[in-house]
Amino acid sequence: MVFYLFAAVAVIASLLVIAQRNPIYSVLLLIASFGALSGLYVLLDAPFVAVIQIIVYAGAIMVLFLFVVMLLNAPHEDTDYDERAHPLMRPGARRFGAVLAAVLIVELVWALTRHGESGVFAGGSVSSVSAIGRLLFTDYAFPFEVTSVLILVAMVGAVVLARREH
Amino acid sequence: MVPLNYYLVLSAVLFAIGTAGVFVRRNLITILLSIEIMLNAVNLTFVAFGRALGAADGQIIVFFVMTVAAAEAAVGLAIVISLFRHRESLNPDRFTALKW
Repeated sequence: MVFYLFAAVAVIASLLVIAQRNPIYSVLLLIASFGALSGLYVLLDAPFVAVIQIIVYAGAIMVLFLFVVMLLNAPHEDTDYDERAHPLMRPGARRFGAVLAAVLIVELVWALTRHGESGVFAGGSVSSVSAIGRLLFTDYAFPFEVTSVLILVAMVGAVVLARREH
Repeated sequence: MVPLNYYLVLSAVLFAIGTAGVFVRRNLITILLSIEIMLNAVNLTFVAFGRALGAADGQIIVFFVMTVAAAEAAVGLAIVISLFRHRESLNPDRFTALKW
């Protein structure tokens, strides 16, 4: 039952994220969605992922988004058409995109529920942080180091891009 | 415990919501948020399959996906700030020139 609660919160909050006109509400609702996903990770015996979901995603990345939204101070979209129109009633490509997303949902749900067998989880699970850390520094040591270089490049790139030109 | 398929369907629904956000919205920040929704849907699939197979690899890949998402958000938002300084707009339809 807890699954349905978290799933409902995640889906409804995500829907509201793309339905809000003010980006600040979008960011705050996305934090709620990430909190629900974190609860789902706990249900899946992955407390490490649940904690970094809260700390890194809801804590760091979303605060970055919130900071930029408030820095730019441009809350409303400026579009050629009426923004209050329902997404499906909007012109051309956007209507096509919304229909395409609906088709994607229908196809994926159909493909996943077609077989009668319901995937039952295996008995054992790896949930300890020490096991994950050991794997990270042995089998995944090279990707881990590449990730640190990636973060350095992203940091330098962000500083150069956002710098005010003289 | 809820079977694996439920998590996969939830992940599919979240991914489709993110896709619809990218297509429907005309605001660069909301489009980046929709991309974050899609990344999280894929993360949920990784964790669910990792749990189903009894392996820790799914959680480790989620760790890497989160790192890439953080880098993507930092660079993407820097580009958004830079674009907004030039055009005073967040509508991607306004950015039609490669150079100005």
